Amino acid sequence: MKIAVLSGKGGTGKTLVSVNLASVAEKASYVDCDVEEPNGHLFFKPMIEHVESVKVKIPKINNEKCTGCRKCVDFCRFNALAYVNHSVKVFEDVCHSCGGCMLVCPENAITESDKPIGRIERGISEKVQVHTGILNMGEASGVPIVKQLLKNDTREDELVIIDAPPGSACIVMESIKDADYCVLVAEPTIFGTQNLSMVHELVELFEIPFGVVLNKCLDEDNPAESYCNDHKINIIGKINYSQDLAVLSSRGEIVSRIDPQYQTIFKLILEHIVEEVGYATTSRT
Amino acid sequence: MQQLLVLSGKGGTGKTTVASALIQLSQAKAFADCDVDAPNLDLVMHQTVEPMTTNYFGMAKAIVDEDVCIECGQCQKQCRFDAIVHDQQRETYFIDHNACEGCGVCKVICPVGAIHLESCIDGQLQLYKAERIFSTAQLKMGSGTSGMLVTQVKKQMMEQAINTDFAIIDGSPGIGCPVIASISGVDYVLIVAEPSISGISDMERIITTASRFGVKTFICVNKYDVNTEYTDKIEDYAKRKHLEFVGRIPYDTQAVKAINQGNTIVDIDCASGRAVGQIYETIKKRL
Repeated sequence: MKIAVLSGKGGTGKTLVSVNLASVAEKASYVDCDVEEPNGHLFFKPMIEHVESVKVKIPKINNEKCTGCRKCVDFCRFNALAYVNHSVKVFEDVCHSCGGCMLVCPENAITESDKPIGRIERGISEKVQVHTGILNMGEASGVPIVKQLLKNDTREDELVIIDAPPGSACIVMESIKDADYCVLVAEPTIFGTQNLSMVHELVELFEIPFGVVLNKCLDEDNPAESYCNDHKINIIGKINYSQDLAVLSSRGEIVSRIDPQYQTIFKLILEHIVEEVGYATTSRT
Repeated sequence: MQQLLVLSGKGGTGKTTVASALIQLSQAKAFADCDVDAPNLDLVMHQTVEPMTTNYFGMAKAIVDEDVCIECGQCQKQCRFDAIVHDQQRETYFIDHNACEGCGVCKVICPVGAIHLESCIDGQLQLYKAERIFSTAQLKMGSGTSGMLVTQVKKQMMEQAINTDFAIIDGSPGIGCPVIASISGVDYVLIVAEPSISGISDMERIITTASRFGVKTFICVNKYDVNTEYTDKIEDYAKRKHLEFVGRIPYDTQAVKAINQGNTIVDIDCASGRAVGQIYETIKKRL
């Protein structure tokens, strides 16, 4: 079972929720898809068992074969190729690795070479398998890393918690598309609510069952809660703002491992999800 | 025109809260929201006019003409983005537009010319044009062209604000394409850091990314009192990297109140607003 945790707005508590959901499970995998700014490993501090490089294909021009016909330059819709000083220049940063230039070259002058864009670190922290995707600085897109992170087929009965990146762009979609359930984490501001409405639309579009965790709740009106009530969205958990929680989190502590109160909160959320996904699977078949 | 971009690496550290306060304090005649896949600046910038909305066209995407398709499967074999799906019932292939990156490989490989590319709307640009220029946008859900849209948001602002000497841009979290697109061409970056193990890790990654552009970078810490030890660490880091540390903003429940009423934190009298006021005074001297 795959549970993806997302929020639209950054800093609402995706990592807090996903790290703790994985920690209260009997056994779980935690997959950090926020490859631009991965943080889950700072909490789990896993024993790293395996590191793999993530590579993309970049064209390589054989200048001896190239006749300067520029078919590749004309083909490339990402402007990753230019013909300057009688040779084809490759702008690796904007290349999408589609392989089209190689296909259209009539002289077979283009081959491909691997370019690393990041890495995946795999390790263990107590009962949690921790998988962290890390994009190299200066690289534009972490989508290939997310694809590689989620590629390994997991068993049906295995619990996988996916920590998604902020926003609502392609990389978020890539992170959640195969999830059985989505947890939307919202903070009690109009900023959080506006972005909650976006990811709400996204999970509706994908027809993935979902529920909301309200985080950083204060004793005041909560626009995110009102949004949920207005749209009949299931609120599956509520975490109050507390100075203690903020301090523990700032130090990279996993609160459910040290405070029974938080262990209970996250256990209840997880039980709720498992029950709901169980129902969803039954009703689908 | 001098441009100040507000970034953070980590999300939710207070970019929009700080950017909106700086816009009010500086009375900047032009500003923009480059967080195109989760924009929020519009919520606290009172606009007196309705925005002009234009469609944003990202990459053109492939479309299969099922009457022409002979089901050879070449397109699916060559597509690197797993964007081509076989529909056995209808005896054709079709394109998953969420996965299609618009490279055009399927089009050149198709032996019967059944595939063409068609531009499609990938979001909306909005321009508020009154005594101040405000450029913003909303990316279409799941689009892969956020960097291009960021460039257009900035371009839209620049075109309208020709005689303006100073602009403030609210950025997006992360270090990837929209962030890189937003840094390109700006004069100053203000990093809003958060005193946590995550905040520091993310701050270091965004500073390394930004340093490649040779942009003058300032650092401030939001919610500094949540962990003063880490706040000191951030200040030390700034010193070591020869970046100017411009101030500390306290955690302030009044800030949440101001934002939820659609105001910036300098529209009311509160501790966080006063702290950003001091930060503005420091930055102003450097511009």
